[in-house]
Amino acid sequence: MSGRLAVRKTYKLWIGGAFVRSESGRYDRAGAAPHVLNIPRASRKDVRDAVVAARSAAGPWAARTAYNRGQILYRAAEALESHAEQLAAVADREQVDAAVDVLVHYAGWTDKFQPVLGGINPVAAPFLSFSVPEPTGVVGVIAPDRPALLGLVAELAPPLAAGNTVVAILSESDPLAGLDLSEVLGVADIPAGVVNLLSGRRHELAPALGGHRDLNAIVDAAGEPELSAELDRLGSETIKRVSHNAAATGYSDATADALERIAAVTELKTAWHPVGA
Amino acid sequence: MSVESRTSIVWEYAPAPESSDHVRLQDRYGLFIDGDFREPSARRYVPSINPATEETIAEVAWAGEADVQAAIESARAAHPRWVALPDRERAKYLFRIARLIQERSRELAVVETIDGGKPLRESRDVDIPLAAAHFFHYAGWADKLHYGVNARRVEPLGVVGQIVPWNFPLLMAAWKLAPALACGNTAILKPAETTPLTALLLAEICREAELPPGVVSVLPGDGAVGSTLVRAPGINKIAFTGSTAVGREIQAALAGRDVELTLELGGKSANIVFEDAALDQAVEGIVNGIFFNQGHVCCAGSRLLIQESVLDEVISKLWRRMGLLRIGDPLDKNTDVGAINSAAQLERIETLVAAGEEEGARRQTVACELPERGYWFAPTLFTHVSPAHRIAVEEIFGPVVSVLSFRTQAEAIEKANNSRYGLAAGIWTDKGAKAFEVANALRAGVVWQNTYNHFDPTAAFGGYKESGFGREGGPAGLRPYLRVLR
Repeated sequence: MSGRLAVRKTYKLWIGGAFVRSESGRYDRAGAAPHVLNIPRASRKDVRDAVVAARSAAGPWAARTAYNRGQILYRAAEALESHAEQLAAVADREQVDAAVDVLVHYAGWTDKFQPVLGGINPVAAPFLSFSVPEPTGVVGVIAPDRPALLGLVAELAPPLAAGNTVVAILSESDPLAGLDLSEVLGVADIPAGVVNLLSGRRHELAPALGGHRDLNAIVDAAGEPELSAELDRLGSETIKRVSHNAAATGYSDATADALERIAAVTELKTAWHPVGA
Repeated sequence: MSVESRTSIVWEYAPAPESSDHVRLQDRYGLFIDGDFREPSARRYVPSINPATEETIAEVAWAGEADVQAAIESARAAHPRWVALPDRERAKYLFRIARLIQERSRELAVVETIDGGKPLRESRDVDIPLAAAHFFHYAGWADKLHYGVNARRVEPLGVVGQIVPWNFPLLMAAWKLAPALACGNTAILKPAETTPLTALLLAEICREAELPPGVVSVLPGDGAVGSTLVRAPGINKIAFTGSTAVGREIQAALAGRDVELTLELGGKSANIVFEDAALDQAVEGIVNGIFFNQGHVCCAGSRLLIQESVLDEVISKLWRRMGLLRIGDPLDKNTDVGAINSAAQLERIETLVAAGEEEGARRQTVACELPERGYWFAPTLFTHVSPAHRIAVEEIFGPVVSVLSFRTQAEAIEKANNSRYGLAAGIWTDKGAKAFEVANALRAGVVWQNTYNHFDPTAAFGGYKESGFGREGGPAGLRPYLRVLR
């Protein structure tokens, strides 16, 4: 024993760009990790605060150029790669590498899904008619338990690339990966409120998020049939776009259905403009 | 104080030169082949001149036939491994290059300006950021190619030869290299003889990015190098940006050979001002359309078509605005119009301007002090131009605008399309329905509405008619570098 006392960390939630304790004051004892003291246990009020933060960030984030959003996602990839060793306790190198590659892949989508999903409509009248995808707004993400880091990144990246802001409920069994990720994303030029990460009890938080009336879409990757059904039901109240990304597919090829994931959190807008006359 | 007297105030500007002490240039550059700089086989070095001072910036190796052959062999050898790389890994090389261009952007801007004569404001704010953006955009396509061309399976063409002009040296290199590499080709770049330096810095960046040797080669030289490259066996595609005359030669040289080709050539683009346009805004667009980069722009709005009812008003506003342009030291951050790229180009501009006067058009040239050394041409306006005048037909590629008038929309369209070129056009009107109707009727590859000279990596660029074929930018820019498999 060197006689030096370790400085232990109390992790925080990430809401509106700030690292905060749960407003409820609740926490969980950390497991085996020696450098960690406590993990915050978010409340339904924290969920509501996070949605408010995400909503206020949604307009400016969507208004940024696609190029700029791509740059920021790429910056996030750079930041994650440079923190790989620090993340060793929560994710092996292979998982970190895969998560970095997911971010790079979606950095490339920000200015490409529009021509792929949209286009000019050759309407039978003298009009210029075109359809373009736009972000749906605020997206709730229920992250899978594992792989905690890669699963979270693979579910966060599509809505962000599409121009949405996100409130995510982290892996319940392994929240440290997400909490560490928040500290990485916190130095990656992501504007405050664009990503909000909450740790706690999924069965308490997911319904609060899924039932929030100011949420536009929910991406459920928890892989729990009962929760999925409840999120479907809650979503019907305000006609949310609900998608279930089955954990059964795993994340071995985490970008295989990238375009479908982006499409699930976008709206298609058709505009008409007269030509001549 | 009346509005008239207020606008006539001419402010004196203190010099505001961009600092260049962070620029690291060597005295001498070799050829970039197989991942390294090497001596040219004929040991021939040619100085690259600053057109604003006529001073030598650096000596640059010119490639000979043996060097072209060596580059092709290196590109061939590199191709199998480059193709075999997972798409996303290829993407990451391009992202690295984009990042390094961003990191070295100010340095690249200064070099672009001293080597080519364009104002620093343009190289800093347009050329270099767009070059980085192009690499960034196409990096993202590398693992999404099948979405870009709506095909299940695609493969690269192989080794591509790319010949770029001197007006946007680094940007054109980026337009060429980024999609070619993203699609899995290996490339040999031939920069223009008067502006090789930023291409050589890009070669350094490729090395810094640890791009595998042979994936990119850079062979400076004159037209003879391009000609050798075009005729060499072992090339699968030629992409050329430059004059229509050279483009025609290349197309003829490739006749009967199994070599793909895309051409981005000259233009005599119409900039059409309707009477219902916001005229002050239109005047800014006219100025940007023709005086941007000293008019050394293939899509420059060099034929200004003005509706008769506003002809005098637009010309008088334009002339007044031209008087406010600042001409001189390209490194000065306040400069609007820099140096003409070369003595040869200056001579061509002077010849065509003289022809304009001889044929009876009325010339007005801005009175301004020009530096004693270097190549300069003051912004010039021609009125009383007939559609048959050489200055209304031929590409001047300088700061010279020819004004024609029209009465009706139909006449405007007819006059705009009355050209062997079809690269770009501008439309100035506050009526959207009219703008789209005119845009539909124009035989031009790019049509700007109430703006001019806007470029973006996501938007296709290229010409109709003798302005060439093939597109650069966006998903359309992938197709010229891919073969679609059934």
